[in-house]
Amino acid sequence: MVHYRTGALALTAVLMMSTAAMAQDKRIVTYNADFDPAPLAAMEQVIASFEEANPDIDVQLNNFDHEGYKTSIRNFLSADAPDLANWYAGNRMKPFVDAGQFADVSDVWEENGLKESLASALPSMTFDDKQWGVPYTYYQWGIYYNKDAYEAAGVELPGPEGVTWDQFVQSCEKFQAEEIDCVTTGTKALWPGAGIFDYMNLRTNGYEFHMQLTGGEVAWTDDRVKATFAEFAKVQPYITRNHAALDWQDAAALLVQGKAANYVMGNFAVAVFKEGGMTDENLGFMGFPTITEGVPRAEDAPTDTVHVTSGAKNPEDARKFLAYLATAEAQTTINNAMGQLPINKDATVGDDQFLQAGFEMLSTADGGIAQFFDRDAPAEMAKAGMEGFQEFMVKPENVDRILERLEKIRGRVY
Amino acid sequence: MANTVWKANQRSLAPWLFLAPGLIMFIVYVIIPIFQSMWISFYDWDGLGEKTWLGLANYAELLDDDAFYTSLKNNVIWLVLYMLALPAGLLIAIFLNQSIRGMRLYKSLFFFPFVISQVVVGLMFSWFYAPDFGLFYNLIESLTGQGIAILADDRFVTYGIIVAGLWPQIAYVMILYLTGLNNVAPDQVEAARLDGAKGWKMLWYVVLPQLRPATFIAVVVTVIGALRSFDLVSVMTDGGPYGSSRVLSFYMYEQALSEYGYRMGYGAAIAVVLFAIMMIFISGFIWKMWRDERGR
Repeated sequence: MVHYRTGALALTAVLMMSTAAMAQDKRIVTYNADFDPAPLAAMEQVIASFEEANPDIDVQLNNFDHEGYKTSIRNFLSADAPDLANWYAGNRMKPFVDAGQFADVSDVWEENGLKESLASALPSMTFDDKQWGVPYTYYQWGIYYNKDAYEAAGVELPGPEGVTWDQFVQSCEKFQAEEIDCVTTGTKALWPGAGIFDYMNLRTNGYEFHMQLTGGEVAWTDDRVKATFAEFAKVQPYITRNHAALDWQDAAALLVQGKAANYVMGNFAVAVFKEGGMTDENLGFMGFPTITEGVPRAEDAPTDTVHVTSGAKNPEDARKFLAYLATAEAQTTINNAMGQLPINKDATVGDDQFLQAGFEMLSTADGGIAQFFDRDAPAEMAKAGMEGFQEFMVKPENVDRILERLEKIRGRVY
Repeated sequence: MANTVWKANQRSLAPWLFLAPGLIMFIVYVIIPIFQSMWISFYDWDGLGEKTWLGLANYAELLDDDAFYTSLKNNVIWLVLYMLALPAGLLIAIFLNQSIRGMRLYKSLFFFPFVISQVVVGLMFSWFYAPDFGLFYNLIESLTGQGIAILADDRFVTYGIIVAGLWPQIAYVMILYLTGLNNVAPDQVEAARLDGAKGWKMLWYVVLPQLRPATFIAVVVTVIGALRSFDLVSVMTDGGPYGSSRVLSFYMYEQALSEYGYRMGYGAAIAVVLFAIMMIFISGFIWKMWRDERGR
């Protein structure tokens, strides 16, 4: 490990020296990121137009793969910090804020009126009344469904208003009679199960309670949590039986093949459904049904962010880049390429029907926007919680034991 | 002056000089980290911020941690079942120890699973067990009408992974025994045969005693293989479903280094426990080797 690190450092040092020699007259901003190919191309486009407007700045993007990035960010932030780094909003960035590794960028928010234009993401970027980064994209979660499966089971298609919770549970019985999984998911990597729990809890108890629970202020053995699991138990028998052995893509295949009817997922799954052969014609989207009447509708929409590091060698120009990334123009470009939603309210949303539906859904969510269970709850609680949800979806009779275990962990984590 | 010191002590200094590169590497990369891990296990540390001294609190927490007991139990299951590699490897080795045309090819085919990476073995077996399209799943389904997703069932998952691990391990033990069998003295076998020994008796009283060195090495590599079982768990289940296939090495990684972990102190405490368990076996082996060497 030590070997590898010094080797990599030496290599980057050499590379940086050679590029520095080429662009001596420019001020360099280094940027570590974890983009997939399409968003990477879009970000390079954004960088190119930024450099055009600021010819004296050279932004050098260093791209990682996702999983590698998550493990290496801790190393590079303390050993050899870039000026800019990708990360996530909410509690997920708190360890870095607490350790003083992300810089306070409240000035960027003030000077550019971002509290106005990026208002929807302001709460999730704020700790101690300061902002610690700039969000550039998010995407909705909801229920994606296969219309062919609905037809095969003789279930009426959901209208534009979606369905009621009772209708949804009843339709599950019909799907079961046709041997179609009413709800599918693949919890091998744990997180897809958390999406279902988030919505169960948001719809049963609302946003405030969900935030208190993920923030460790409410006991897991609270009656309201038990109420959430009581609702969860209504659909549990209709969830794909072997979900614990499936990746989320495997479950997506079940939906595509019509072996499953509904999938609680993030919008990024649309690309996978379409690769599998689904079209705008037979793929449907709806918000998660209301469970408790009168609870303001809240949604899950994980937000991706860019931060200035505390070890930045060129924080001024890095801030300039952040300000540019927050503009409507930059957010339109990158989100059209990513197939996701811009945060800036003046940006244009792509004309894809799922994006439009998501934009409509998120901009009218009067309850609030949650980040997703593993970003709202601290890491250790998130891991234990997601294991608990997985166990519940296999063995619902263990619910009390699971909740007691989570409560014990809550006592330790917060 | 310096020259005379060198001359006077040349014989005692020279071996140390030759040992020095190896010793230094061993101390820097093995011995010192062992003590560092022990030291870290007394702290609460997220790998970034300040360390907080906890004393034995990490170990106290371990005693009250269900996941730790699950891992420990699974480690014991691994140890016991991994020992099956010894008789299985011996059996195949004896079977292959014949001079038939093309035997080299068969031997290399049997050895093949040990050559491929554990990650590939894990992937192959997860497809083998996979619900809906896995060979094993479909086989069970056609026999009983109800398929079993081994890797999603907390009752079977550990055994499913151990079977995957045994496949290359048997090949390894087999190759050890094959080389051992080459050294079995033919005159002793001949003499035993003249005295009327055959079958089990021949194996037990004549062949096995001569295979003792091979058995010793096979036990050592199998015990260590079972205790450091990490790659298969990580590739096939990631410790799931709900943590029921965790082993100590994987739990340590999860707590200290994984995406949701970064409890360095707690991870280090698990590592120390694992080290203590390994130490029991390792000191046993060292003691045996030392005794054998003196005996001769």
